[in-house]
Amino acid sequence: MQYLHRAFCAACGTGGPREARASGRGRVYATSLVCRAATPETRVHVPYNILLVDCAEGFRMMAHGDNGLAIGDAVTASFKPFAGKLVPYFTKEA
Amino acid sequence: MSFITGVGLTPFGRHEGSSSLDLMSKAAQSALDDAGLKRAEIDGILCGYSTVSPHIMLATVFAEHFGIRPSYAHAVQVGGATGLAMTMLAHHLVVSGVCRNVLVVAGENRLTGQSRDASIQALAQVGNPDYEVPLGPTIPAYYGLVASRYMHEYGVTERDLAEFAVLMRAHACTHPGAQFHDPITVADVMASRPVAMPLKLLDCCPVSDGGAAFVISRERTGKTGVRIRGCAQAHTHQHVTAAPSLSELGAEIAIARAKEATGLAISDVRYAAIYDSFTITLAMLLEDLGLAGRGEAAARARAGHFSRDGEMPLNTHGGLLSYGHCGVGGAMAHLVEAHLQMTGRAANRQVRDASIALLHGDGGVLSSHVSMFLERVRRASV
Repeated sequence: MQYLHRAFCAACGTGGPREARASGRGRVYATSLVCRAATPETRVHVPYNILLVDCAEGFRMMAHGDNGLAIGDAVTASFKPFAGKLVPYFTKEA
Repeated sequence: MSFITGVGLTPFGRHEGSSSLDLMSKAAQSALDDAGLKRAEIDGILCGYSTVSPHIMLATVFAEHFGIRPSYAHAVQVGGATGLAMTMLAHHLVVSGVCRNVLVVAGENRLTGQSRDASIQALAQVGNPDYEVPLGPTIPAYYGLVASRYMHEYGVTERDLAEFAVLMRAHACTHPGAQFHDPITVADVMASRPVAMPLKLLDCCPVSDGGAAFVISRERTGKTGVRIRGCAQAHTHQHVTAAPSLSELGAEIAIARAKEATGLAISDVRYAAIYDSFTITLAMLLEDLGLAGRGEAAARARAGHFSRDGEMPLNTHGGLLSYGHCGVGGAMAHLVEAHLQMTGRAANRQVRDASIALLHGDGGVLSSHVSMFLERVRRASV
């Protein structure tokens, strides 16, 4: 299992790893609410919450999420526009 | 064996009109003067990088500008760990007989040479271009993530982190070259503008202009020698997304290797020079290195343990947090200060005993680590 894309397995070097679709469910591992952005495009979004999420499948990813999220919260992924792109966005699991 | 025979450091802050090469030259000249060496005696040059004036061959650009024709020269790039990584390489170049005197130099007009936004943006590129940078993170945000997790796992509070900003400022107040000389309190840190929570403005190092340099030599000069006793590195990841768990970070690996290489223990250390890009960086590294128990670094700081008169004086010049941070030269100031302490030249900042110093640098987001032990050697057999 690896998250950052490569054409090979970073542990053993075998080529052609299979791509799999994640469920979008996970738990918040870490959070940082960004209040000072560095570009005009990102500045219009402050404050925005950057998360590290431990996904159900066993990989960790960086994403955005609701501002009130706390470490350990169960969350579900969707996508939201940010600075001209769609980025993964987590909300608290209902 | 290798010795640090000379050190040079400019004040940090605003150097209006100075280029990166100007600041490198100024620091390099001070280091040469300190070592009592002439340009012709320098046969190796290692330099850092400049985000303001990037160049694919900065070491030879500097060598030509400064007036040296070395037999060995190139730049090194390991983020905040660059200064100690260059020192480690210089040590090995000298020990293996490749060079006699290596000049290690860095300087950058990072404050006045570009906008603060440009600096913040350039540094954020240490993130993954596809998986992280599109989310609009900044270096404080990468460290904010680590801080939130560290506080969660070990019960550290924002007030605890603030202690390190207060301590570094108190030390900077005693150094004329530091960027900041106004004392601050925990309340000031807590009330400072939020940057990337839980980190606030005073939890973050500033952007500075400045330069630093040292000479690493096969033979010592001067009556008190500072010997590189041994050093080691560890690199576990680049991106915070791919970082191992908090108990498996590179600082613990690097220090274990450095202890093994030197036969020294943390109990032998009398002075500490530890990377402090953010308050969380310093708190974590102190605990990872064994200079404080897990979750106990702030309590030790509060009790004066890391103050000039404490049991383990730490970054007595004020560190990156308050002496300032001009890029590669920023963490080199820690070594310059350690050298002044070890040779009894730290004036009003002088500690009682700096016979053995531990230095530690971190690059990226706790990605690259260098641990190094320095030992004072008195002239005995001469």
